[in-house]
Amino acid sequence: MSNTIEVNCTKKNLKLIRDFVSEYLRALALSDILMNQIVLAVDEICANLIIHANHEDPSKFISLTIKEQQSMLRFEISDRGLAFRRSEYKEPNIEEHIRLGKRGGVGIALVNRIMDKVEFISSDNKNTCLLYKKI
Amino acid sequence: MPMKITQEIKESTIIMTLDGELDASSSVILDEELSEPEIMKYSKILVDCKSLHYISSAGLGVFISHLQRFEDAQIKLIFYNMQDKVRNVFEILGLDLLMTIVSNYEEAMSVADE
Repeated sequence: MSNTIEVNCTKKNLKLIRDFVSEYLRALALSDILMNQIVLAVDEICANLIIHANHEDPSKFISLTIKEQQSMLRFEISDRGLAFRRSEYKEPNIEEHIRLGKRGGVGIALVNRIMDKVEFISSDNKNTCLLYKKI
Repeated sequence: MPMKITQEIKESTIIMTLDGELDASSSVILDEELSEPEIMKYSKILVDCKSLHYISSAGLGVFISHLQRFEDAQIKLIFYNMQDKVRNVFEILGLDLLMTIVSNYEEAMSVADE
């Protein structure tokens, strides 16, 4: 089974990515909740890359590769857009978001809480996000 | 699967049924529905989540961004029939404690009548 998918940067492709991840995970017979969490974490990273790093430019691409090693799932998501600056990231205060009517900014919090390890690597105009989840 | 939103009005209550997946692409439709000025004339907004199969931060963000406005106008926003996997996403962020999520329609109506 193919474990890599590449899509161009339009939000409509998020569904394709989720279906690809779901299809890969199906063989692992995970619980509904765990499977949804993993699909969600990958979707959140891809949405950030498509919208913020590549400004929904359909001429740009992101790629996702899934690997499984010793009960550890590894998702590698790459693009050539603006790099995510982790040092500038602040965990959201949800109550404050509600008070201020803020719409964005909770996606990475979901990813951090779902995944066991989250890494961002940038080199030579290429950015890679690595997500690890023990299963 | 695109998001389909249907509305039913019962006196001062508007029931919104969500059918599909709420992601960064489809949540725009929900935002438009909740931004309609007419929605402010109801005292209760019931959100039927039975056929809501997925929600990402973009979908949650739409509800987060409207919640205070509804509360200020004393409009109750109540979710019901939520699938476990979708409820889990609310729980990861602690939103289940900040929003009203109940089991079924009857419960939603009784909360709304309080």
